[in-house]
Amino acid sequence: MSVVAMLFFIVVLLFALLAAAALLTWVERRLLAWWQDRYGPNRAGPFGILQAFADVIKILLKEDWIPPLADKPVFVIAPAIVAVTMLLGFAIVPLAPGLVIADLNVALLFFFAMTGLSVYSVTFAGWASNNNYSLLGSLRTAAQMISYEVFMLLSLVGVVILAGSFRLTDIVDAQRGMWFFVPQFVGLVVFFLAAIAETHRLPFDLPEAEHELVAGYHTEYSGMKFGLFFLGEYLGMMLSSAMIVTLFFGGWLGPPFLPPIVWFLLKTAFFVCLYLLLRAALPRPRYDQLMGYAWKFLLPVALLNIVVTGAIVVATRSPAEVGS
Amino acid sequence: MLANYLPILIFVIVAAGLGVVLLGIGFVLGRGQKDQEKLSAYECGFEAFEDTRNRFDVRYYLVAILFILFDLELAFFVPWAVSLDAVGLFGIGAMGVFLALLVVGFIYEWKKGALEWD
Repeated sequence: MSVVAMLFFIVVLLFALLAAAALLTWVERRLLAWWQDRYGPNRAGPFGILQAFADVIKILLKEDWIPPLADKPVFVIAPAIVAVTMLLGFAIVPLAPGLVIADLNVALLFFFAMTGLSVYSVTFAGWASNNNYSLLGSLRTAAQMISYEVFMLLSLVGVVILAGSFRLTDIVDAQRGMWFFVPQFVGLVVFFLAAIAETHRLPFDLPEAEHELVAGYHTEYSGMKFGLFFLGEYLGMMLSSAMIVTLFFGGWLGPPFLPPIVWFLLKTAFFVCLYLLLRAALPRPRYDQLMGYAWKFLLPVALLNIVVTGAIVVATRSPAEVGS
Repeated sequence: MLANYLPILIFVIVAAGLGVVLLGIGFVLGRGQKDQEKLSAYECGFEAFEDTRNRFDVRYYLVAILFILFDLELAFFVPWAVSLDAVGLFGIGAMGVFLALLVVGFIYEWKKGALEWD
């Protein structure tokens, strides 16, 4: 691909992602309303779809405010970090054969680097705001995110063993015979739970638990800076759904009556909706339950999964392949 | 090899530019009037009781240390997983020993109550 074509692809992808994130706010409100037996936003445009754009305009026009006691440069840069790292995560997601910005041989590690960097955003935001709620919220978020990051990577070691590669296109190709959610069902469950905690969506949204912490780490944020946090959260949802599809549900693979990219988008949309359904369906656990669950349950399960997967793979492959 | 990362570099520049533009638009359009009440920290309508940069619970620090331990351990898992075909049975055995040592430490820290949040 030439540099100009690459640039065009990148710009198209970025705008598609921003539009999708804006639209997702509307989809979420409509779906939640439907599940809760109410209407949701239905006035602006057909089915209220223009509500998404109205919200973008509103958020741009809101007062851009920085608390006087805040650490100003850090305060400003924090929301940009989460939005940019989440956008960067999409650089390695293969949408269809050949349709990927960078087909890295360490794509999975790149994905973890980006989710790891987004922790900084939360920590910076809470520290720079100079507000009690913000600091408490950001401490909680940081502890939650770094805990679940461990299991997130652990849960994928099984997939890497089966595919023998970190390259996402190789991982998808390795699923031609059987999608990895069958042999790696435990890995899928751990990864999905960790992904919810990483994006701090309900039911694991304790960082923003509004009944105790007002709004957590973004209490002092307004206008577009708040908008960027919001954007980062929705992009994170889409990114982890796309990763679940790529790693466990065969990426673009599917019966040939639809083109590969449609299969990929359909599967991703399904998991995004599952995220929203969880928000409608489940209550929030206490913080000690959340952390105890992570270290005392998910960690042993993920380790056991790795050992069992490794043993089975070594035992079933032919002796010529093993130990040669 | 490095050419693989050129798209990433372009992507970083474009995405960072996008972030700056969004912040800039918000800054230009979002002008408002300042007054004394608006300028105080949000504290549910109270005066702020104390400075925020205070001591906080040591357990957060403990979680961070545990994270570093287990993340380093993951650094061993990653090359092992991708080359399991090459290392075969010996690899499984070596990882078993490593895991056994790790689990001993994990049980110790569990018994010591490092995982409790009460």
